[in-house]
Amino acid sequence: MPGAIQSLSRAAAILRLLAGGERRLGLSEVAAGLGLAKGTAHGILRTLQQEGFVEQDPESGKYQLGAELLRLGQSYLDVHELRARALVWADDLARAAGETVYLGVLHQRGVLVVHHVFRPDDSRQVLEVGSMQPLHATALGKVLLAYDPVARGELGDGPWEAFTARTVTEPAALDAQCALVRERGWADAVEETWEGVASVAALIRDRRRNPVGAVCASGAVETVCGPDGAVRPSLVASVRTAARAISRDLGAHRF
Amino acid sequence: MTASHIAAIDQGTTSSRCILFDADGRIVAVEQQEHSQVFPQPGWVEHDAAEIWTRVRSVVRGALERAGLTAADVRAVGITNQRETTVLWDRHTGVPVHHAIVWQDTRTEALCRELGRNVGQDRFRRETGLPLASYFAGPKIRWLLDHVEGLRERAEAGDVLFGTMDSWLIWNLTGGVDGGRHVTDVTNASRTLLMNLHTLQWDERIAESIGVPLAMLPEIRSSAEVYGEAVGDLAGVPVAAALGDQQAALFGQTCFAAGEAKSTYGTGTFLLLNTGEKIVHSYHGLLTTVGFRIGDQPPVYALEGSIAVTGSLVQWLRDQLGIISTAAEVETLAGTVEDNGGAYVVPAFSGLFAPYWRSDARGVITGLTRYVTKGHLARAVLEATAWQTREVVDAMEKDSGVTLTALKVDGGMTSNNLLMQNIADVLDVPVERPYVAETTALGAAYAAGLAVGFWDGPETLRANWHRAAEWTPKMAADTREREHRNWLKAVERTMGWIDQDEQPEA
Repeated sequence: MPGAIQSLSRAAAILRLLAGGERRLGLSEVAAGLGLAKGTAHGILRTLQQEGFVEQDPESGKYQLGAELLRLGQSYLDVHELRARALVWADDLARAAGETVYLGVLHQRGVLVVHHVFRPDDSRQVLEVGSMQPLHATALGKVLLAYDPVARGELGDGPWEAFTARTVTEPAALDAQCALVRERGWADAVEETWEGVASVAALIRDRRRNPVGAVCASGAVETVCGPDGAVRPSLVASVRTAARAISRDLGAHRF
Repeated sequence: MTASHIAAIDQGTTSSRCILFDADGRIVAVEQQEHSQVFPQPGWVEHDAAEIWTRVRSVVRGALERAGLTAADVRAVGITNQRETTVLWDRHTGVPVHHAIVWQDTRTEALCRELGRNVGQDRFRRETGLPLASYFAGPKIRWLLDHVEGLRERAEAGDVLFGTMDSWLIWNLTGGVDGGRHVTDVTNASRTLLMNLHTLQWDERIAESIGVPLAMLPEIRSSAEVYGEAVGDLAGVPVAAALGDQQAALFGQTCFAAGEAKSTYGTGTFLLLNTGEKIVHSYHGLLTTVGFRIGDQPPVYALEGSIAVTGSLVQWLRDQLGIISTAAEVETLAGTVEDNGGAYVVPAFSGLFAPYWRSDARGVITGLTRYVTKGHLARAVLEATAWQTREVVDAMEKDSGVTLTALKVDGGMTSNNLLMQNIADVLDVPVERPYVAETTALGAAYAAGLAVGFWDGPETLRANWHRAAEWTPKMAADTREREHRNWLKAVERTMGWIDQDEQPEA
C-alpha cells in the first residue's frame, strides 16, 4: 500500500487486536500478537493512551480500548436536533440583527441549509431549508472549511466557479481566508455569492468541541457592511454570541 | 412616566415563570422554577398552592434581579395560568384548605356522570359552552366541599374562597389577608362550568345544581383592566391582566380578529379560533370559550379544539418502541423515505376526541405491507398530527362558517420542519411561525400593557408580530384528497375496539 504511514497502520492493528478476543492485553502480548518490538508497541500504546483511544489498567498494567473511541462512534449530531437546540438563539439573532439567519452543515462538498429564519420585516420570503450553498463562496462554507481539513481536502484545488467578480476561486486565496477565519473566529462573504448580499458566519461546536455546523446572518450589503465596506463589528459580535449560545446548548464549554 | 417594562407571570402545570418584556415585546429577562407534582393515587394530580405562591414570588424577584430592574421600572403585571386547576383557601388566614386539584385530575369523572343526570354531559353546554367533564373547575370545587370535613359550612359562611390559579395569585399579589382582591377574568371563569357565556356572570342555577355556594366565587372581571395594586416585590405595580394559558397564546399571537387561529404544538395540541363577538355553539365536539375581553369592550369568543396525542406520539416512538433516541430524530427517520409507504397511525390511545368522541376506539397502525419500513412509520407518526389538526379545523369551519386563511403556530414541535410542511399541505393554507417570543407570556403582557395604556392598541401589537418562518402548501390536490380518504379509513378502523362489557369503569 504505497503512501501508508507505518505507525498509523500499526496503531490501527493494535486497536483491532484490543477490540477482539481478550480485550485486555499486556504490553508483551500486544507486541507478540503483532510481531512488533516491545519498545515500538509501547510508544504507539502511549500515544493512543494520550488520545484517549486506549486505557491502561492501573493494577494489572494491561491495556484496553478507551472511552474516546465510543464517543467518536456517537459523535454524529442529528441536524434536526441541531435545529431544535438552535431555534431560540437563531430567532434572537435574526431579531437583534434585523437580517436573515441560516444554519448550515457540511454535506456532499457543499453547505446544507438546515434552518432558516426570515428577516423580521414581514416581506414575502421563501423557506430555504434543505437547499445547498457552495462551500467556497459563502461565509457558512468558509467557516466549515476552516475547521474541517477533510472537507477542505475533498474540495480539491479549484479553480472553483465564480458566482460574482468577488468570488474566491483560487486555492491559495481560499486557504489564506480559512487561516484568517481560524485566527479571528468568524468568516465573511461580501458579494461573493450574490451581488449585493453580504454575510457573516461563526462556528458551532458540540460538547467535545467538535465542529458540527455554522450559523450566519445574511443581508443587503448596505446594512451588513459599514461605510468602510467591511462587515459591521456589532453584527460580527451578534453572530459570534449566537454561535456560542448554541454551542453551549449542545454542551460545549466556554470558548 | 419612566417605567418601560411589562412583567408577565406564567403559572404553568409544571413550573412558574416571570418574564420581563420591553416596549417592542422583546424578552429582557426570564426566571423559572418548577413546583412539586403530587400523585395521591392513580388519576389524581395535585399542587401545593402555597408552594406555587412561594415560587411565583421567587421568580418575580429573580427576573427583576436578572434584568437589573426594580418595581419602579415595571408599568404593569399580567398573569397567565394553567387553566381549571382549583384551589380553595381560608379568607382569614390565606392558607389553602387542601392541595389544589389539577386540571388533569380525573377524580370527578363519576361525579360528572352523576351531574349529567338524564341529559348527559351536555346538560350545561348551552349556557357554558362546555361538556360535563372532569377537567373543569366546578365539579372539582364540589368534590372538595364533599370530602374536606366541615368545608361546606365554612364556604357557605363566606370564610372559604375559590379560585383558579389567576385568582389565587391576584389575591396574594394584591395583599392576601390584608385586602387582597378576590377576582378572576372571563377566560378563566369560562373554564369552571359555572359561568354563563352570554351574561359573563356566575349562573346561579348551575352553581346550585353542581352544589357550589356563590359566596365563595370570585368577581368576574375582564381580561385586561387594573384589578388592584401589588404589594411586596412589585409594590405599587398595577395587576392588570389575567388570561388562561391557551387564550393568552391566542392573544400573544395577535389573533385579534374573527377567523384568526393559532395552534400550540406540544405533548398535546390546542387549537383556538377567534369567532369574534359571536358565541358559536359546536355540534362537532369543540368547546365554546371566551377568547378575551379588553376592559369594557365586548367580549371576544373562541372555539377550542384539543388533540390529546401529538408530541406524545413521537415520545411513544422514542420511549416505547425505541425506534429513535431523541424526539428531533423522527424527522431524520421520516426523511429517509419519500412518503408513508401506505401506512397510517391513528393514536387513539384513550379513545377518539374531537370531532368523534368515541371512547370505544383504540389506536391502530394500518396499511402495513412487507414494504413498510420504520422510516414510513416515522412519517405516518408526523402525518397523524397533521391530519388530526385538519379534523379539528374542518370541525371549526363547519361550526362557525369561517374559512381559515392561515394558521399561526407555536410550541416545541414547530422546530420540526417536515411536520410544519405537512400541516400546510393537508390544510392547504400557509402555516406561519412567529419569532419565539413565548407567545403565552407575551399575551398576558400585551393585555396588561393595553390595560394601563403602555401600548395604545391592537395595531401596535400586531406590528410587533413578525413571521420567522412560513410553510406554503405544496401537495397536489388529488394527493391530498387520496391521503385524506385513507386517513378517514384508518380512523374508522379504530372504532368499536373496546366492547361494551370491557369499558373501563371510569
